[in-house]
Order: sequence, then structure tokens, then C-alpha cells
Amino acid sequence: MAIEINGSQVPVPDDPRVSLLDLLRESLHLTGTKKGCNQGACGACTVLVDGERIVSCLALAVQYEGRSITTIEGLSDGDALHPLQQAFIDHDGFQCGYCTPGQICSAIGMAAELRRGLPSHVTGDLTAERVPFSRVELQERMSGNLCCCGAHNGIIDAITETFGEVAA
Amino acid sequence: MTPFRYARATDVTDAVRLADGGARYLGGGTNLVDLMRETIERPAALVDVSGLPATIEAHDGGLLIGAAVRNTALAEHPAVRARYPVLARAILAGASAQIRNMATVGGNLLQRTRCAYFYDEEGSRCNKRVPGQGCDAIDGFNRIHAILGASPACVATHPSDMCVALAALDAIVHLHGPDGTRTVALTDFHTLPGERPDIETVLAPGELITALALPASPLAARSTYRKVRDRASYAFALVSVAAAIDLEDGIVRDVRLALGGVAHKPWRATKAETALRNGPATEAAFRAAAELELADAAPLAGNGFKVELARRAIVATLGELTGETA
Repeated sequence: MAIEINGSQVPVPDDPRVSLLDLLRESLHLTGTKKGCNQGACGACTVLVDGERIVSCLALAVQYEGRSITTIEGLSDGDALHPLQQAFIDHDGFQCGYCTPGQICSAIGMAAELRRGLPSHVTGDLTAERVPFSRVELQERMSGNLCCCGAHNGIIDAITETFGEVAA
Repeated sequence: MTPFRYARATDVTDAVRLADGGARYLGGGTNLVDLMRETIERPAALVDVSGLPATIEAHDGGLLIGAAVRNTALAEHPAVRARYPVLARAILAGASAQIRNMATVGGNLLQRTRCAYFYDEEGSRCNKRVPGQGCDAIDGFNRIHAILGASPACVATHPSDMCVALAALDAIVHLHGPDGTRTVALTDFHTLPGERPDIETVLAPGELITALALPASPLAARSTYRKVRDRASYAFALVSVAAAIDLEDGIVRDVRLALGGVAHKPWRATKAETALRNGPATEAAFRAAAELELADAAPLAGNGFKVELARRAIVATLGELTGETA
């Protein structure tokens, strides 16, 4: 009965009410993942499960036994930042920083979706194998992550620099 | 959140046995966990069916979709994208990417309304939450509420986009319960509120959605979904339209039309379909059909705009599919 979190095996909580978000923050003190709305509306708690992005606030931890979770703390290699983390710094992809861990995890999950050709609401040709990489596509695909400081332009620039070649 | 027992089902039979007629089935949790946290839902036990087989298979010329298939996986499936574009587009118009990655097909059918009075347990009356209590939406802020099929007891809408496409596609819901298996048409699965808005589907106690069947459809290749909402993305529909059309020499040979955001269930627009069938594919015909469907609309103080919005959305969607631009 364990969940893999950033490479470590963590016991599944005894109380099934514990969300994955609360397990991360309250039990494991991995406070990089943020609690915003706690109802799936803001994306601040986004983490990766086996490489797919989810909101950890609506996830009961007990459902994720045997799965592999990556949080913002699991992206860097020691002091060496993930390229997207560096790009957020270079492009002013944040102001207060509260939404940033969720934005970064979400964008990494989004890049994987682009690589496998998943269409979006704004994709013209549903049957195309490659999705055109555009600002409009990024805006739609990142709409589950709100930034109340309004750093969206920097966020889009950082994602474009890091993953722009993915679907081009 | 009220304490509950949790059990994980290994297969459908195991799930129905574990539920014992009383537990709630748990899919991706994206709606149920939220409702439990708000204590709107207080199940004594959850049976987790999110790990049941999630396959999409060829079936009688159509597709059989396991209830545990995630929304993203269904929208991504090559056969859905090529043969049922209305379904892929409806799913991709709903929620956020993160939620579509979690949410199951079965759970999508069982989403509950986002009426704010339903959610406001402490401050508002709601016949859906407490039968017989009264409805504060009818004389309240009802901009997002129903214009068709509502009752004096409830004016809530069904929030799903996917179900609107399924209604247009004549989808069949496969069920497995303590008394065996049965199938129900998607259009008969959800109920109108009447005097019992707390009852939202025809599911019997302990019955589990196991799959959805999409019949073969020559129309569905020419189909699409249009969603009108307050934001460009990540918002529930004010009005949405799912449409499929078979066109020959400018004549509508066959058509499927369903509306979202307007009723307690996905609204199959059968009156409009009948009016359109074997008639010309013109903007005037589309408008006449839309007006016929909406003739029974009974808007509230805050949502009269939805009647005109629905009319225009129908005309625009059919125009997009046929090249008859409005």
C-alpha cells in the first residue's frame, strides 16, 4: 500500500478522506504544490501522475496507490533547474509565484499531450496527427491554470521557449 | 467531509457486490469529491470503480466505451475523432485538461448541477438537496438556469457537454445492478425534475454504469459541437448545440440535434429534427426549426437571453455543417 512520490515510496493514508494535495502538503511537507480553490477551479495544485497532469485537490490519495506522482520538488536535479523552471525566471512567468508550481507541472503534462497529437477545443482538424503549436493552442490548453497576477504573457513565452519545437 | 468506508472493486460483479445497494461508485472523483467536501453528498461508503477495464472496442459497426475510460482518452481515440467529431469536440469543450485526464465517462453522466443554490447548503433552499424544502433559484439569480422542461420545484440544468453529444448520437447506456444487466437510451437515462428533482437518472439502487454504446452512424462524420459560455475556455455552457447532418443536393436527408445548458437533462431537439428532415438546408429552414423547438421555452427573470441565444446557436451550428452561413 504505497504511492511513489518524486521517487520515494510513501504509505497510503489510513483515512480515505485525505486528498493527494493534503498528503503532499500536510503529511510530507512538500509545500511546493499549492492549495488555491480546493475545488478544481484554479489549477494551483496540479501535479503529474505517470506523466499526466491532474488537480491533486480532487484526488483522494487512496485512489493513487501504485501510481507515480511528480511534484514541482521532483522536477529539478539538485540545484539544476528544469528548463521550464529557468524559462519562467527568464521570461517573468510569475509575480507572486503562488500559481507557478501548478503552471509548470501543467505545462509539462501539456507538452506530452502535444507530442502524442491530442487535439484541443481550438484545433481545426481533429484527425491531424500533428497539432500546430500556436499561442491560441497554448492559451486553450493552459486555461485550467489561473494566474491572478496576470503573468500569462510571460508564462506563454516561457512555455513556447521550452516546448516550442514539440509539435512544430 | 463525512467519514466513509472505501473499497476498490476488481471487476463489475465485485463492484456491485461491494456496493450492496447502498454505496456510491467513485470514478475520477472530480465532482463527487467536491460535493463530499461541501457535505452536499455524504455517502457512508465508496466503491472505487476507476480502475475497472477502460477499453474502447468496435461494436456492431459502432463503438463500445468502457465506463472507466477517461474523458481525454475518449476524445483522443482515432475512431471518435474521425467518425464522431461531435463527441470529441464536446469533451474537449468541457472542464480543463487536468479534469478531463481524471474524469471517467461513467462519472460524466452522473455530474450534478452547478446551480449555486444547490451548493449553498447553509444559506439556500433547494428541492434537489432537501426534497420539499423549496427552490431559491426560481426567484433568485437564475441567469444560468433552465428554459426548457423545468418545473415549479427545480430550474437547474445538467452541466455535461459530453452528454449533449451522446444524446445527439443515440448512445446507449449499459448498466449492471443487483438484479442483472440492462440497457437504457442516453436520452431516457436522465430525467426531468417534475416534483422530484432529487432524482436525476433512472439508475436503480446499486446499479453501475458499465459502458456506453455508440451505434453506427452515417450522419456522425458530419457533426460538430458549439458551446457558448461566459469565458473563451473552462466555463460551463450557457447554451450548447450538438448537431449531425446528412445532406444530399441541398436537402436534409437526416439530422440529429441536441441542446446543452437549457434543461435538467441533455435536450434532444426532436421537434426541430422533424421539421428539418427532407427539407432544404437553408438558413430560413434552420431558423424555423429552432423556433419550433423553442416555442415551449419558459424563461425565468434572469435567463430570457438564452432563448434567442439557443436559436442563433442552432442556426449557426447547422450553417457551419452545411456551408449555409448565417
